[in-house]
Amino acid sequence: MTPSRRVPSSPPSRSSFARAVLAVLWKDLAAEVRSRELLSAMLVFALLVILIFNFAIELAPDLRPTITPGVLWVTLAFAGTLGLNRSMAVEKDRGCLDGLLLAPVDRSAIFFGKMLANWVFMLLVAVIILPLYSVLYNLNLFHPGLLLVILLGSLGYVAVGTLLASMAVQARTRDILLPILLFPVIVPLLLAAVRASGGFLQAAPFEQIRPWLNLLIGYDAIFLAVAYMLFDAIVEE
Amino acid sequence: MIRVRKLVKRFGLKTVLRGLDFDVQAGEFVAILGPNGAGKTTFLRILASLTRPSLGEVVLAGCRLPAQAAAVRARLGVVTHQPLLYGDLTAEENLRFYARLYNLPRPADRIEEVLDLVGLASRRRDLVRTFSRGMQQRLAIGRAILHDPDILLLDEPHTGLDQEACDMLDRLLDQVAARGRTVVMTSHDLARVEDLASRFDILTGGLLRASAHRQELRGNLLDFYRETLAK
Repeated sequence: MTPSRRVPSSPPSRSSFARAVLAVLWKDLAAEVRSRELLSAMLVFALLVILIFNFAIELAPDLRPTITPGVLWVTLAFAGTLGLNRSMAVEKDRGCLDGLLLAPVDRSAIFFGKMLANWVFMLLVAVIILPLYSVLYNLNLFHPGLLLVILLGSLGYVAVGTLLASMAVQARTRDILLPILLFPVIVPLLLAAVRASGGFLQAAPFEQIRPWLNLLIGYDAIFLAVAYMLFDAIVEE
Repeated sequence: MIRVRKLVKRFGLKTVLRGLDFDVQAGEFVAILGPNGAGKTTFLRILASLTRPSLGEVVLAGCRLPAQAAAVRARLGVVTHQPLLYGDLTAEENLRFYARLYNLPRPADRIEEVLDLVGLASRRRDLVRTFSRGMQQRLAIGRAILHDPDILLLDEPHTGLDQEACDMLDRLLDQVAARGRTVVMTSHDLARVEDLASRFDILTGGLLRASAHRQELRGNLLDFYRETLAK
């Protein structure tokens, strides 16, 4: 028998883990650049939600900093759900998830690759809706503190969301199942994100915002660790 | 190369594999035949480390499943009903992606080689979603052999292919087998596998009921299959 000459015989290392994460990230971004299915769906949905809120709620100028964080995070959470569902459905429908699972890499690398791609998509949506939101509500949202909250909040959201989407994708009712599973779990995250965002927009003292930022960081750390430990078991039949 | 002992697989109350024993020597080309629902796909998915066995021992290339699954995966190539390819990537990009996952040295050379082998070099920059089913399956074979695996597992690879695509697939499999690779293929197309495999195992009711080498059958695979199922 001709010996196999291409297979790396060493066990998976940190560099191979990083390479696999980047490969999955590159694949998702490249596929999205071609199809634009996921981003366009998320964006259209987010814009519609903002417009509906704009017409439905007549806001007095002094109330805007109080209401805005809630509207903003509801918009991001709903749009994000569309992206999460689609991101895993693409893998499942063409059997590509098996292709990923057959690769000789730590399976959590697949999770982190998918999660980072979802994070990029969510941040792109945020980057596009923030200026529009600022115009419609006549409120400056380009506050460094708010941008930090969006970074931390969306990271926790995609960490939990990617994990639950990989669970929900196995079910026939995945489109319904994901929001049902996801929204109860992200209540602490949304609460912290809304309170921290509101604090920055209302120029509250940092001491009042700090607990919410700590909660966001703790939530992110816990769910990244949980996903790292559980993803292999979740995707295995 | 492959050793399976008393393999049992249950899905809830349903037992799909019932204490199956199976051995394959290095370089053998084994066709697993059986009717629909016999457990062929489940068995292949267990060998591919995609499904955990409920009971029993599975050893591939000296590595025990599921404990040493990552080591086994580096030495496995798998072709299923679905091509496991991304429609929004080109043929070359799909192979490049898998080359990165398998950490191949000099991936560009190997991708070139594989695209030539499966006859898709001229379509390398076309999106996979524009490919016919036959072309996708050829590229799927290319994906499966990209890392030059010791063991190739194929689950009904001829399904949905036209005559020309089937012939090309057979030529590819002949080349793989000629390189001394171990091949296990499930099928219910007896005529198609008769000239390909060196050994034929019949799986029905979750057990391997019979096994015969090509020389023993002397062209009577259909009779062998029918007699086994009638028992």
